[in-house]
Amino acid sequence: MKRPDVIVVGAGIVGAACAAELQALGGDVLLVDGSIPGGGVTAAGMGHLVALDETDDELDLCLLSLARWDDYLSTMAGRAEHVRCGTLWVAQDDAQMARARVRAGRLGRRGWDAVEVSGDELARMEPALRTGLAGAVRVARDGVVFPPAVARDLADTIVALGGRTRFGTAVARVDAGAITLASGERIAAGDVVVATGTAVTRLLPDIPIFPRKGHLAITARYPRRLTHQVVSMAYGQTEGRTEAGSDALAVAANVQPRVTGQWLIGSCRQDGVQHADVDPRVLAQVLRSAIALLPCLADMKIIRSWTGMRPATYDGRPVIGRHPTLSRVWVAAGHEGLGVTTAFGTAQLLADLMLDRPASIPDAPYSPSRFAHVAA
Amino acid sequence: MKSVLHIVGSGPAGLSAARTALDAGARICLIDDNHAPGGQIWRGGPARWTDARARDAWDALRDHPDCTIMQDAQVIGCGDAGTLLVETGGRGVSVPFERVVLCAGSRELALPFPGWTLPGVTGAGGLQALIKGGMPVCGRRVVVAGSGPLLLATASTALRAGAHVAAIVEHQPWSRLSAFGLGLLSRHGKKFLQAASLFAELRGIPYVTGALLVEARGEDVLRGIVVRAGGRDVEYACDFLAAGFGLVPNTDLARALRCDIVDGAVKVDGGQRTSRANIWAAGECTGIGGVDKAVTEGRIAALDALGLAPSGRDLPLRRTAHAFAALLARTFAPDASLQAMCGPETIVCRCEDVTLARLLPHRDWREAKLATRVGMGPCQGKTCGAACAFLFGWSHEDARTPIMPATARALSDFVKQGES
Amino acid sequence: MSLPDPFSRVLVDGVPIDVPRGVNVVAALVAAGSLCTRRSVTGQRRFAFCGIGQCQECRVTVDGRANRLACRTICADGMTIDTGGDW
Repeated sequence: MKRPDVIVVGAGIVGAACAAELQALGGDVLLVDGSIPGGGVTAAGMGHLVALDETDDELDLCLLSLARWDDYLSTMAGRAEHVRCGTLWVAQDDAQMARARVRAGRLGRRGWDAVEVSGDELARMEPALRTGLAGAVRVARDGVVFPPAVARDLADTIVALGGRTRFGTAVARVDAGAITLASGERIAAGDVVVATGTAVTRLLPDIPIFPRKGHLAITARYPRRLTHQVVSMAYGQTEGRTEAGSDALAVAANVQPRVTGQWLIGSCRQDGVQHADVDPRVLAQVLRSAIALLPCLADMKIIRSWTGMRPATYDGRPVIGRHPTLSRVWVAAGHEGLGVTTAFGTAQLLADLMLDRPASIPDAPYSPSRFAHVAA
Repeated sequence: MKSVLHIVGSGPAGLSAARTALDAGARICLIDDNHAPGGQIWRGGPARWTDARARDAWDALRDHPDCTIMQDAQVIGCGDAGTLLVETGGRGVSVPFERVVLCAGSRELALPFPGWTLPGVTGAGGLQALIKGGMPVCGRRVVVAGSGPLLLATASTALRAGAHVAAIVEHQPWSRLSAFGLGLLSRHGKKFLQAASLFAELRGIPYVTGALLVEARGEDVLRGIVVRAGGRDVEYACDFLAAGFGLVPNTDLARALRCDIVDGAVKVDGGQRTSRANIWAAGECTGIGGVDKAVTEGRIAALDALGLAPSGRDLPLRRTAHAFAALLARTFAPDASLQAMCGPETIVCRCEDVTLARLLPHRDWREAKLATRVGMGPCQGKTCGAACAFLFGWSHEDARTPIMPATARALSDFVKQGES
Repeated sequence: MSLPDPFSRVLVDGVPIDVPRGVNVVAALVAAGSLCTRRSVTGQRRFAFCGIGQCQECRVTVDGRANRLACRTICADGMTIDTGGDW
């Protein structure tokens, strides 16, 4: 087998996007995964495309990536099961409404249309919402996709462009410019990109990424009942959130209409839980929070629930860039709940760094070297 | 104060376990998801029962001070090691248990064939259940097809409801059926007599053997079916086709409770105890074997759960029941030729309209699911999962909450466990 | 003392029909001349299949609530049943 220019380990949405980007830029890429593309946490998440602005660099990465998503979806929207449903950031009280206004201003200034909506307008726009809400911010360009379909499509594109994939192949070790498979086979390359989410720390102990558990549920089909993805303004809020690593439960309603007419319901965050089992008490909290915003949900049938382990970092930023000590090894992981939104932006930024061209956005916040002081 | 023995399912196994436990002086809580007890074989409730065992058990149970009955109560999952999550009356109720006997029964193996999704095509047990639920078939033409003794029982139910049964179409060849008859005669005399009496009742109805279903025909509803037998295709006009290929154990709740499942059935020891120390299982969910197996295993499970030895007659009865189950399995196991019924454009997943052709390129259930949506509809693979196992050898072992669709309201009630 | 009415009156797609008390909604549909509970995701007509609440093919709207199983729902006086939903 000819030595690849780049091996990308991990074919989740982030790894697949990175591999596709590098292949399209003329590299000879080998994409490797222990299972099927998009079969891990990529398949478990909500698949939202949402501009999140808790920090400036988070917004930079989101907007960079969302522009690339628009390009991708201009031809692939059907395959990706894309719905440009928009997001309604719903404010339950004046304090949340004040924060919603700030969000509207910030997104609007960056060209990502975000309009303040009054309580009355909200009721007309989304009748399924309960009455008495303070208002919302409507972000019309946000949407939802089915990420495993996108990961598969990107894998197909890599092969169509002359790259290679090896799925069902577990990787046991990463060294400078080489990987060793669980079978013992060693494959050398120009560079190695590790995009394995929560499994990064197993392969690269200096990069601390830990699982942050989320519970989701999906309904039977109820077409035409919900137009926007509805998200509580409490979502993603860092102030008042318990310290990363604690096992307290943080819940914030997040309900999406899927292209099938099903409602996908989240969301919650718990650290320090090792097992991926559904905890009915946690599921109950998530559903309560969703029913509180959307009362008709109470009578709707839930057909399945599951969990996903988001790859999280202590400072809430993904890890994108060169490994601090291993030469010719790069990292693209730790995207928590924004992996789908920021997949293409991550790929572009990583390509910038690997090709030594000007970074599309400041790359320092994502540097893998920022963990140098953290004990393994 | 006596502790409570919980029993899930009030079919023959559950009623038998409940009655046995009460006779031994225990307190019981019997949980069933239908609006009347009896499960499938004894469907229709006390007013319709003909089997004396059903009436006797129910007479002992109802109004007994030590017996709590939760009817219309669907177990949708479990919490920590000792809690059942139940949806009943539109709400979610946590039911903590110390010991539980699972009598979850079975469902039909639904194998796809062209046209099987037409209105009017039902399972064999499916047609029985629908007729017992009040569906009028008087004067309608019915064909019963597939494989197994359930076909005869279904034909009998349809006949007694006034239907015109145009044919019974059995996949197995006559040689195998006569061997089955001899097997009954030699060891299961009562069942031989039951079979003989069924045949007598059904005389005059064409009984076609060694047959293969070719196609169910019709535009919006079923008009007729085509069957291949003796080298020829024969068409029967009909309003209903009851198509059954055998039964598969219901193992969802056992899986959710982390009991070992072997060969698609709940694994139990000689005392009907599962791999979990405080969970027993009895009846069809431990292996398909009919009502006698269920009644005997229900008794043994209840006694074992109460720390009591089985009675002198239970063990030989169970041995005989298991021998019958083995004879059933040997005779009527679906063979590879039934795979050929399904064409490339035949729908395999009814919830999501996924055809065989779309499934063929995939290597396992998970990959197929993410690529085609198979199993992602409301039945969550209860219908197509067994078909995919049969057609492709795919296994999938999700134990999911909720194990049946449940309202968000009910699921949101489980905030605290151990409290109702 | 009056005897209980042996029939329940339900509405199937807006048309009233009397059915024996205690029968399920599938029975009411057939009595009303309908063999369609829902439309599949590709628009095919579907009807009850398994009869025991597993296959989910018999989904209808009962008293305004969607995705109810006809084979598991017992008819009651005044019940409205709407069929042919595309979900």
